Amino acid sequence: MSTEEPLAGAIVRDVSDQDATDQHHAPVPTVAHHDVIDESIDNAVFVTEGLSVSYGKSPAVLDVSLRVAEKEITAFIGPSGCGKSTIIRCFNRMNDLIPAARVEGMVRYHGVDLYGSDIDSVQVRKRIGMVFQKPNPFPKSIYDNIAFGPKVLGMSGSMDQIVEEALRRASLWDDVKDRLKDNAFGMSGGQQQRLCIARALATNPDVLLMDEPCSALDPISTGRIEDLMHELKETVSIVIVTHNMQQAARVSDRTAFFIVDMDSADDARIGRLVEYGPTDRIFTNPHDTRTEEYVSGKFG
Amino acid sequence: MTTAAAPEAIDVLGEAPSSHRLRDRSFVLLLAALTSVALIVLAVLLIDTGIDGIPQISISFLTNFPSAFPAKAGIQSAITGTLWLMGVVTFVIVPLGVASALYLEEYADGTRWWNRIIEVNIQNLAAVPSIVYGILGLAYIVRGPLSLGRTVLAGGLTLSLVVLPVVIITGREAIRAVPPSIREGALALGATRWQAIWRQILPASIPGIATGVILSISRAIGETAPLILVGAATFVAFNPTGLDSPFTALPLQIFSWISQPNDQFRLLAAAAIIVLLVILIVLNAVAIRLRNRYQQRW
Repeated sequence: MSTEEPLAGAIVRDVSDQDATDQHHAPVPTVAHHDVIDESIDNAVFVTEGLSVSYGKSPAVLDVSLRVAEKEITAFIGPSGCGKSTIIRCFNRMNDLIPAARVEGMVRYHGVDLYGSDIDSVQVRKRIGMVFQKPNPFPKSIYDNIAFGPKVLGMSGSMDQIVEEALRRASLWDDVKDRLKDNAFGMSGGQQQRLCIARALATNPDVLLMDEPCSALDPISTGRIEDLMHELKETVSIVIVTHNMQQAARVSDRTAFFIVDMDSADDARIGRLVEYGPTDRIFTNPHDTRTEEYVSGKFG
Repeated sequence: MTTAAAPEAIDVLGEAPSSHRLRDRSFVLLLAALTSVALIVLAVLLIDTGIDGIPQISISFLTNFPSAFPAKAGIQSAITGTLWLMGVVTFVIVPLGVASALYLEEYADGTRWWNRIIEVNIQNLAAVPSIVYGILGLAYIVRGPLSLGRTVLAGGLTLSLVVLPVVIITGREAIRAVPPSIREGALALGATRWQAIWRQILPASIPGIATGVILSISRAIGETAPLILVGAATFVAFNPTGLDSPFTALPLQIFSWISQPNDQFRLLAAAAIIVLLVILIVLNAVAIRLRNRYQQRW
């Protein structure tokens, strides 16, 4: 007995040491984060399971599992480099455009595997619209900017009507109805971004992905876009990536918080999903200390 | 009440070493002098040509055909020959140049060895002396596989080869100048790659492509060596009637007149040079205007 005691003691000490490290240093999660799936969502537009994206050999974001609810606004927040934009770009397969990007894991859109071998990325993007960080109108008239999507999709019906409806949905019609033939570059930044939203809406998408849509805009334009998002959520599901926590708190129903892990071994930065849940809870009662530190402004 | 006198600049800033100003000025002067060397040479050439040539330019000079008598000689067939050549060149380089530029910019995977070979070769081809293209044209277009003979078509195809690399390179630059956000925006709307290219990227890059095409054509207009090799005639007393006609061109007419012993013909050559210069200046002006008018500020 006496010979085994030190051994047993050693094991016990080992475990307690490990616990201590976990508490004192920023923990590096090694287990799968399946627990952050919000199982209460049964009307999911997107379901990801163990979604990882890497560029070349370096992983950008690891093992993301979450559900995006229909007709809600879901916000992805987190510090730069945490992979939130990378994840949103999996939802409409924009990552396909980067030759070195590799996507692993599962993304289901209404139950369909978006990366299935029989899926055409063009078909995906017809259903899932996207608005980018910097307004990117085409160097054409306001009218032609809106009409491009419906034209390439071969939508039937009066183009004038389609254009008007899209501009009305983006609350831009009254601003531009008298200058539809003017070049879109003559508009203000905020108007250009609403034009890009109108352009995305013209093809009647089911989902609107917004990748930091307000980061290049002033507060007034930002406010108008946030109001617009509230109106739009009646008809489309919205996923917004934002740097701005207040924006996430103002507009979203659910929030997913991502972090960057520094992998000391090869200096790689890896994004991970930390916590996901109703926005109220994430901001008032976060379960993870890292979320709490971030939303209270301690880092990021 | 005492007000302090305004301080002397020298008290506040310290004394400026006088050598600074002097060095600054002499450096500017040196640069201006070096720049003017090129300008002076150009001016002397232009004035000399102008003194010889301008008195010779008349309606009959532009409308007469070449003649053994200087007083009756004109450049009508050279002008029409040049226009025919430029027509052929435009017709060939626009589709070939734009298609190659689109392939290399939009589709070619730069990590593949064959695409890299194509790229490096196009850049090298742009620097190949035009006489080499003349030899190629003689061997493969005038004779050999195509055997088109000494015709407008053969001359035009040879000149197209000379300028095609430049058209491809400027076309690629124009396409690359369209920001990726335009491509992303189109694709995100559910456009296919082809739709994004054809309806957004290509229209946005047309001013740049057109500028490159015009500048290439103005280079082709002045080319003489390849045309001599493919055997354009220097004495053609009729206008080309089709792609299979024999032809002459302005630079060839100039070359042939300058080699004549009779001084009168040299004056005619000066006049023809002025006509050629005017055509070049007009083309370049159009190119610059296109660039300024449609240049997109992203």
